[in-house]
Amino acid sequence: MRAARTILAVLALVLAVRSPAWADPPFDPKDPAMAKYISGDKRSGYTFAEPETRAMQDDDFMNPAMLWVGKGETLWSTVEGSAGKSCASCHGKAEETMTTAGAHYPKYDAGERKVVNLEQRINLCRSQAMGAAEWKYESEPLLAMTTYVKMQSRGVPVSVVVDGPAAPWFDAGRRFYYERRGLNDVACAHCHVDHWGQHIRTELLSQGMTNGFPTYRLKWQKLGSLHRRMAGCNEEIRAEPYPLGSFEYVALELYLAWRAQGLLVETPSVRK
Amino acid sequence: MPATPWMRHAMACAMLVAWTAAAWAEMPGDAGRGRVAVIGKGNCLACHHLPIPEEPDHGDIGPDLSTVGSRLGATELAARIVDPKTINPDTIMPSFFKTDLHRVAKDWQGQTILTRQDVADVVAYLLTLK
Ligand code: HEC
Ligand code: HEC
Repeated sequence: MRAARTILAVLALVLAVRSPAWADPPFDPKDPAMAKYISGDKRSGYTFAEPETRAMQDDDFMNPAMLWVGKGETLWSTVEGSAGKSCASCHGKAEETMTTAGAHYPKYDAGERKVVNLEQRINLCRSQAMGAAEWKYESEPLLAMTTYVKMQSRGVPVSVVVDGPAAPWFDAGRRFYYERRGLNDVACAHCHVDHWGQHIRTELLSQGMTNGFPTYRLKWQKLGSLHRRMAGCNEEIRAEPYPLGSFEYVALELYLAWRAQGLLVETPSVRK
Repeated sequence: MPATPWMRHAMACAMLVAWTAAAWAEMPGDAGRGRVAVIGKGNCLACHHLPIPEEPDHGDIGPDLSTVGSRLGATELAARIVDPKTINPDTIMPSFFKTDLHRVAKDWQGQTILTRQDVADVVAYLLTLK
């Protein structure tokens, strides 16, 4: 009897210590509805989101990011630039030709001799194939087009090439991820590898996965890019952020895509 | 056994920490001001539970500090707050009195999260938690 009580007490203690990782917000690892958002040890930010936030993402009619997707769809076939072309002139129907690109970027570009992300690939098409001006990072049209293109890969597992010519970017991204920075003197990995499932005040730390970007953030009241999120995390720890689209953030994006490999693209995600 | 360079380094570090932390512990602090600092400037509540019921949403990244004063003395507390990496190199806990950090935002360069007096005040406050 005493032994049983001791075991119960120990168990309660273990649960009390362990529970933050599983108890909230209502997330049951065996829930079949969650299977799509888990791959081995990897968990999409979706599994850390509140049920109301998830519901917004689940329903394309409720998801506010769809406003941007609609704009992207219009832009896809809008002729612009000196070559008199639209995206559709070269790529036809996005539903048919863009079904995997969103899962495979960032990617080494032989012509540019560097790793480029989807935003930069879109701008290369504009400047080189269309003779049109590049869109500014985080501008409405660039967010709209990136989201529209990436959404065509919804349900495709993230899979990126990190060796060969991409290796220097991958290595730089990994270094960034584990390097302490800012007045708070922490690295990305401290929050998203060591302490996911625990709370900073009310914030439940996720694994910081990127398979849902660009994302509609309720806090921003707007759709935003992954680089904006990175800059946000850097500002929160009082570190000097890098410019959106910089070498550092593209390298970090490649590393994060590698971390997210196996998770399905769920763009456009909705997060708190 | 002759001391390896690594051992000598470790011993030197340990001595340095012990010395500076002891000096810290001798500095008089005010527990009332410390309680204010753990809520505000230090934002210790972000990661620790503390007996401060009027503040909601204490984090659970670090251990509960409700009785930390019966577990740790002034020297240990000061070392932990000034630069916790001397105790655990991998910790997520910020170093509250350290400069020369990597890529600090422009507005914060050359500053520390807590002042010397704040550290003494926070130590005085934590010592009351028994
Ligand atoms: C002090 C803690 C902390 C650090 C350090 C930190 N983050 Fe975050 N991060 C958060 C919080 C809190 C959120 C919002 C909740 C969540 O999804 O984890 C977040 C969210 C994210 C997300 C969005 C996840 C999603 O599903 O939408 C990404 C991506 C991310 N972080 C990447 C990074 C990167 C890259 C770094 C390093 C430059 C970093 N974080 C450093 C606290 C941190
Ligand atoms: C970002 C998270 C974070 C913040 C902010 C933080 N701590 Fe910690 N703290 C930790 C973690 C995690 C530990 C556990 C030990 C380790 O990681 O080395 C810890 C351990 C401690 C300990 C040792 C407790 C014990 O039982 O051994 C003390 C004391 C402490 N912290 C005090 C503070 C004070 C005071 C502040 C604010 C001025 C503070 N912490 C802010 C994360 C944090």
